[in-house]
Amino acid sequence: MKSPAFDYVKPKSLNEALGYLKQYGAGAQVLAGGQSLMAIMNLGLAIPEVLIDINGLPGLTDITVTADGVRVGALVTHATLQRSAEIAKHVPLLWQCVPHVAHLAIRNVGTLGGSIALADPAAEYPAVVLALQATITLEGPNGVRDVGADDYFLGLYETAKAEDELLVAVTFPKVKDSEVMVFDELTRRRGDYALCGLAAAFDVSSGRIRAARLAYLSMGDTPVLAPEAAAALIGKAPSEETIAAALMALVNDLSPRSDLHGSVNGKLHWAKVLFGRSVRQLGKSA
Amino acid sequence: MSEKRCDISVMVNAERVERPVLVRQHLVDFLREELDLTGSHLGCEHGVCGACQVMVDGQVVRGCLTLAVQTDGKHVETIEGLSESGVLADLQEAFLNHNALQCGFCSSGMLLSALNIVRHYPDAKRVEIRDHISGNYCRCTGYQAIVNAIESVLVKNRSAAVVGVAL
Repeated sequence: MKSPAFDYVKPKSLNEALGYLKQYGAGAQVLAGGQSLMAIMNLGLAIPEVLIDINGLPGLTDITVTADGVRVGALVTHATLQRSAEIAKHVPLLWQCVPHVAHLAIRNVGTLGGSIALADPAAEYPAVVLALQATITLEGPNGVRDVGADDYFLGLYETAKAEDELLVAVTFPKVKDSEVMVFDELTRRRGDYALCGLAAAFDVSSGRIRAARLAYLSMGDTPVLAPEAAAALIGKAPSEETIAAALMALVNDLSPRSDLHGSVNGKLHWAKVLFGRSVRQLGKSA
Repeated sequence: MSEKRCDISVMVNAERVERPVLVRQHLVDFLREELDLTGSHLGCEHGVCGACQVMVDGQVVRGCLTLAVQTDGKHVETIEGLSESGVLADLQEAFLNHNALQCGFCSSGMLLSALNIVRHYPDAKRVEIRDHISGNYCRCTGYQAIVNAIESVLVKNRSAAVVGVAL
């Protein structure tokens, strides 16, 4: 299908973009990579009054490594992340998940900022952002503010970003030597939306799990943390007994809904499979 | 209210095109309906099937998820231009020899994904070839013949590289 008519503006500065956002309010959609937005518009599910094309705005395509974090500009594409030695080294969980994001032609254009702004619960990046407790930087008429991942994802496609704010960057903490990152997902075909996915950040020393943060995708309206299952791992070795005990707790963390893709029990089963795989990964890397 | 148009200046297959475009027109409609370049196909029109793939500034993109107005100042290459320049000749010959096309609807998009494999993943094995073309739907061949065709080009290129080293 074709998108209904809309207006199109291409601001040359961040301030100009913010001005358009304020002017058009709910009638505006921000065009970053457009790999979800254009599809949604072609399907008639979004009918914006105006598209604000932020491509070409200065400063949004940089990957900057600082003392304790890596700041990724909103317009950095999936393909750029995949090629980045800095991301591979300092944010391996993000780097691991990129090949799972859609297909090559989409990875060449789609952006990190677009994915986090849209906050599709079946997308990979929101779960990674939540697992790593990354910081989302928003710029609006009142200036810049940072929002932690725990406070950012509010509901289905609903985030802490206000209508007149633009997502400008996401800052990830650098991985520590004692941390092990595991990303995995189940799909019918490579590149499809995941039936279930897991972004897991573990801290392991002397063969025991010291900390764990597990974020699932495709298991609810937002990326979903599994704190009880994570707590069941603390102080334990990554053994089959540990996994079995934590899986008992995992069902308390998750409450997926049945849909065309699977039943509640089916989804819980997939979540358990991925959980087991991720913890077993620790045994291999220890 | 008449629909908004924007002036664009874009290189399409090495020829400059300058004209106003409807801002809501996506790249494939622009190519097909304004420029009569009908080799890029529209299947799903929401980024799933891959039949609309073209190159923008040397990168494969989904033509249906790109607005024509976004290509202002850029270089677009379609299956027509890439066929004429000979860039795709090896792959096209392999697709013919392996019967890797029947109705041909997916072929132009599939060839662009194949070109990306040849350029960037010269050592790809069959399972990786399948991963790389997972974003291109073919409803005729069952993919086997397509994988065979792409693999044959990779094998040929690898043996040519070995001969090159030996010489």
